[in-house]
Amino acid sequence: MSQAVDQTPSQTDVRMDGAAGLRGEREATPGSAGRRRERLMVPKADFDSYYGRPVLNEPTWEAPDIGGYLFLGGLAGASSTLAAAAELTGRPRLARVSKVGALCAIGGSFYCLIHDLGRPERFLNMLRVFKVTSPMSVGTWVLTAFGPAAGCAAATEVSGLYPGLGRAATLAAGAIGPAVATYTAALICDTAVPAWHEGYREMPFLFAGSAVASAGGLGLLAAPLSEAAPARRAAVLGAAVECAAAARMERRLGALAEPLKRNRLLRLGEALSVAGAVAGLTLGRRSRIAAVAAGAALLAGSACTRFGIFKAGMESANDPKYTVQPQRRRLAKRGAERDLG
Amino acid sequence: MAFDLDERLGDGRVGFFTDTSICIGCKACEVACKEWNQVPDDGMEFTGMSYDNTVGLGADTWRHVAFVEQRRPLGHQEPGVGEMDFRWLMASDVCKHCTHAACLDVCPTGSLFRTEFGTVVVQEDICNGCGYCVPACPFGVIGKRENGPKKSGAGESGGTAAKCTMCYDRLGAGEEPACAKTCPTDSIQFGNLDELRERAERRLEQVRAAGTTSARLYGHDPGDGVGGTGAFFLLLDEPEVYGLPPDPVVTTRDLPSMWRHVGVAAVALLAGFAATAWRGRTR
Repeated sequence: MSQAVDQTPSQTDVRMDGAAGLRGEREATPGSAGRRRERLMVPKADFDSYYGRPVLNEPTWEAPDIGGYLFLGGLAGASSTLAAAAELTGRPRLARVSKVGALCAIGGSFYCLIHDLGRPERFLNMLRVFKVTSPMSVGTWVLTAFGPAAGCAAATEVSGLYPGLGRAATLAAGAIGPAVATYTAALICDTAVPAWHEGYREMPFLFAGSAVASAGGLGLLAAPLSEAAPARRAAVLGAAVECAAAARMERRLGALAEPLKRNRLLRLGEALSVAGAVAGLTLGRRSRIAAVAAGAALLAGSACTRFGIFKAGMESANDPKYTVQPQRRRLAKRGAERDLG
Repeated sequence: MAFDLDERLGDGRVGFFTDTSICIGCKACEVACKEWNQVPDDGMEFTGMSYDNTVGLGADTWRHVAFVEQRRPLGHQEPGVGEMDFRWLMASDVCKHCTHAACLDVCPTGSLFRTEFGTVVVQEDICNGCGYCVPACPFGVIGKRENGPKKSGAGESGGTAAKCTMCYDRLGAGEEPACAKTCPTDSIQFGNLDELRERAERRLEQVRAAGTTSARLYGHDPGDGVGGTGAFFLLLDEPEVYGLPPDPVVTTRDLPSMWRHVGVAAVALLAGFAATAWRGRTR
């Protein structure tokens, strides 16, 4: 910087009032205004950018809609599978709450997805094509198959009509549920957003774990203690997978993991999930109140995790360093390999 | 993994070669583009970023002239500001019309499509504004327009995705795109892509011979992460200086692996629930 100042003797000395030599604040030297409160010299960034502007355009997705959908979709899918498992193992009340929960969650998912569209009235345009290159297209078709099955399962359960149809719908929804709960990982990873894209190996497992934990949480919250054993175990399994996947992702991404590591929602989500799972397995066995509290913590934990992932991705898209530096490293590595070979 | 058959792109493919070494930053391309395509206003803000108040490409900015000021010499030029080295870098950025276009791959409605000219265009009457193409683009080109009433001038296209069409309507009539037509220095050149690539190689040699050794082509290589771009550039510095990614990769390149991971996770989820339900069934 100082070198640049020294090299600018060309600033004009000519003044409107003819008083040459009066250069006022132009002669001010850095630091002459007393002690500085902050470091004046910003350490030179080790990458270039265009005025610090992001390379990528910020995703237009709204956090309440798409962050909310990531949570609700996971809850709906995993709850349906839990409902089918509960029904097949003779736990009717756990099956009932899971079916109703799945229907509510999938209804909320549809609301979020359609609400986030720029032209909601054109939602059906999604059904013009099926494209395996577009996780959103695949997801739309999965939801189109899942929604009616989950709705039918819940409606027959509550009304008591057509038990045979209800069982078929429950099994169908339970079979499609895992796809509903995990495809959302491909949805966000199949973008140029650095923290999402580069985390694509762990994201499906993180989402699956979070979904299982939330479905277990719903079971703990709403099903009687005598039937909630699978929900308790699922909560522990889900929380463990979620935490393991997150830890692995953060380790593998290196510098790109910064937005994930400093994300408070993610930390809070992990803490709530683990606390809820442990409380559910211990106190939640005997006390209904403890089970409700553990279930609520698990649901809140899953929601925090999804919103945290969403927010960390937005952050990584908005800072050019997360786009430029990994690409630079990639180029350097390729160059070195070329030189060697 | 690509949705359209990119290998069919060939002889008929047209493109832009933007030679930034002769860009004078007049922004005539920005104006011509807005006029011809009736692009709504994109905000009237003073940014303080040199002479650039357009900021970057988006739904309502299809050409964007970047202004970079550097205290470095430009070839053998005398900047005429005392003993100080100084150079302007000006570059007119535009949609790259990638060979492997992520926006097109991820579009769930089929609104984005590959034209007979090898360009990538949004059909605004099909687009439902899901916004998936926006984070998919590795260059930050495409954007989503705000909904009708909030944004004057967007009209029927409110809430939908929008970007450069390479003047699809003009191409059909045998005209070159408005930006290339108006560019007073021929910094923006339009034509057959193969021809443009040859011309760019010759120009690169010429510019380097003239002393600007930092000159390089960007987006001309069919072997890069997006299969080469339909709009490519001669730059005088690293791409990121102009706000371009140094090594863009189409996100769908990794999609087959993503689907495999999703599949394993889904099966694991099913197995996990089965295990938790059937274990200790007697309890």
